[in-house]
Amino acid sequence: MATAFSAPKLAAQPFSTISPSSQDRPLKIPFLGSTRKLRCLGSSRLNLSRRPSGPVVAVSDVVKAKKPTQNPSLLITKDEGLELYEDMVLGRAFEDMCAQMYYRGKMFGFVHLYNGQEAVSTGFIKLLKQQDSVVSTYRDHVHALSKGVPSRAVMSELFGKSTGCCRGQGGSMHMFSSEHNLIGGFAFIGEGIPVATGAAFSSKYRREVLKEANCDHVTLAFFGDGTCNNGQFYECLNMAALWKLPIVFVVENNLWAIGMSHLRATSDPQIYKKGPAFGMPGVHVDGMDVLKVREVAKEAIGRARRGEGPTLVECETYRFRGHSLADPDELRDPAEKAHYAARDPITALKKYLIENNLAGEAELKAIDKKIDELLEDAVEFAEESPLPPRSQLLENVFADPKGFGIGPDGRYRCEDPKFTEGTAHV
Amino acid sequence: MALRNIMGKRVGIGLMGSRALSTATCDVESGSAKSINLYSAINQALHVALETDPRAFVFGEDVSFGGVFRCTTGLADRFGKARVFNTPLCEQGIVGFGIGLAAMGNRAIAEIQFADYIYPAFDQIVNEAAKFRYRSGNQFNCGGLTIRAPYGAVGHGGHYHSQSPEAFFCHVPGIKVVIPRSPRQAKGLLLSCIRDPNPVVFFEPKWLYRLAVEEVPEHDYMLPLSEAEVIRQGSDITLVGWGAQLSIMEQACIEAEKDGISCELIDLKTLIPWDKETVEASVRKTGRVLISHEAPVTGGFGAEISASIVECCFLRLEAPVARVCGLDTPFPLVFEPFYMPTKNKILDAIKATVNY
Repeated sequence: MATAFSAPKLAAQPFSTISPSSQDRPLKIPFLGSTRKLRCLGSSRLNLSRRPSGPVVAVSDVVKAKKPTQNPSLLITKDEGLELYEDMVLGRAFEDMCAQMYYRGKMFGFVHLYNGQEAVSTGFIKLLKQQDSVVSTYRDHVHALSKGVPSRAVMSELFGKSTGCCRGQGGSMHMFSSEHNLIGGFAFIGEGIPVATGAAFSSKYRREVLKEANCDHVTLAFFGDGTCNNGQFYECLNMAALWKLPIVFVVENNLWAIGMSHLRATSDPQIYKKGPAFGMPGVHVDGMDVLKVREVAKEAIGRARRGEGPTLVECETYRFRGHSLADPDELRDPAEKAHYAARDPITALKKYLIENNLAGEAELKAIDKKIDELLEDAVEFAEESPLPPRSQLLENVFADPKGFGIGPDGRYRCEDPKFTEGTAHV
Repeated sequence: MALRNIMGKRVGIGLMGSRALSTATCDVESGSAKSINLYSAINQALHVALETDPRAFVFGEDVSFGGVFRCTTGLADRFGKARVFNTPLCEQGIVGFGIGLAAMGNRAIAEIQFADYIYPAFDQIVNEAAKFRYRSGNQFNCGGLTIRAPYGAVGHGGHYHSQSPEAFFCHVPGIKVVIPRSPRQAKGLLLSCIRDPNPVVFFEPKWLYRLAVEEVPEHDYMLPLSEAEVIRQGSDITLVGWGAQLSIMEQACIEAEKDGISCELIDLKTLIPWDKETVEASVRKTGRVLISHEAPVTGGFGAEISASIVECCFLRLEAPVARVCGLDTPFPLVFEPFYMPTKNKILDAIKATVNY
């Protein structure tokens, strides 16, 4: 099934959409990096036939062909490969460590792990600059890590400590970082998409109205397949296409919304088709293959940077664990799980790097070890960090840094003995 | 409380007892009772509802495998996928769709996975469900609609799995809001809600899903709506609450008893329309009242109760109406114990009110 690219219809736009660089390119260009994929709807065994198109080559095809070292059609350099590998291993190891800590009672609440989907996060976020923004969902630990939030900060946040990225206020589902422009994890599905749309508008405004010529910041909105049945998603596709916003909508289609199969919840399960309906290109990509994701991401992010408007990218991926750590994960077919486990993105990249002599086993093992040490340090740091002080409870409700934390006697309300009586006015 | 005959059936009502909530004594009922927890009681109520009405439907996110809290286990297998089905992830769509079903004469039992997620549906509930009968001149109504949602703190829920939004809905004329405190209450109240000819929002205290265990009769029974229940007799101060908060309040009552303060504890059960007579009668007896709920204090339903009591019982009151509620902050994650209206806070307020 061809992935669709349709030239967006140029309706009346509030801003000028012709930027100097885009005048050189013809409008109708085959969308680079798309892969063709055949999906059998309604059957539990996914029928996959991969036919590579364009310069993108399936990782496994390259492996089979056993090309020599200096192959010009290699997609990445050694450094890039190692960066991608390190990032994915960090994501995987971090989530595994989270599970361990959870079961030891060090962290609590609702924790949603990202195992298996690392290729999407790494493939997209590693192409961003620091000033680009990312909006995520409740499954946001790895997005935070890929964007550059230190593992210490994320781990402390999970433990609820004051050294966490949100000072312990947010927890697992609400990772924010103004330094790295991570505009949040959102517990509510679909809530982040309008926020991302607004952030993208801001970037476009700065460039075109305020004339900050080098402001070409892009926003990525990550969300799942279940969200694609929610009204907010469609409202934002419309707004983004209407105003040609520099945003990429990344659907992490892992086929399940807790216990609801995507195929049984959606009238047309091929989410990428919803893009052209709104006037933006819709692309489907194999989300278990970081190199393919990266190629698609390059083009989508490039489009946004050039001012050509939004893109909808559907990444077919899979989560190896349950929806959350409280989910017994009994509903999914073991055959389906095994099928995707065999396509583990980390194993695939490792194979690619070794087969193409971009890196040796020893180098990769060194990276694994480095990540393990980093996480041990992060856990230690988080454990030793202090819990947030009680005064923090009343802070940041309003803009006033003390919130309504100051009582009539000039002290913090929470230090007021009446606080425990519950009769103190807050 | 007197026995009532509703639809020719004996209605069992928990009488006042000085024992803990989970073993409330009750009068004679036919049939056997089994000791089950809250989600099983709700499950039983749903089974009964679907059994007795062929045009009843249960739908929501993940209901067909039993739901994230297991309240809908077994329904899909027993009644079929045409009557018990999953919806896509769209709360606004779910409730609006339920209104349509109800308008055509069906009983729609919609589940919102967490009360925190009910806000996209708020528009449909307030603007459509509450006003349907009114603005069509009684040609159509969506009385068959019941919306069930787990609400309330659960210890580790954080901002979006712990909210208590009942106050928002209490401000809407045209719907009813019902909150049970225990398994036996839940089954009877839920069946009443489903069969009530008005749209009802039924909040289930999620903390009690597994924790509360009680003897629940196995037969079909209903408990009356808009009737508050005095679950503990007292003479010094009236405490008013609902849902999971009642068990905290009862602990405070027991502690206060040791200091010689006799507390009367009332479970409102239905928040709108609420039973003013029972609360007023109790306040006339004691002269003092304390209201407690998990939702933030400003604009919480306690404010409505407080204003009404002051209107009718001003001269009888010996002390200001006390409210021990959540703080005016978003529901916190790590700070949940500080935010919550705990037993100690209630106890302090009881003493302050009695010694005013």
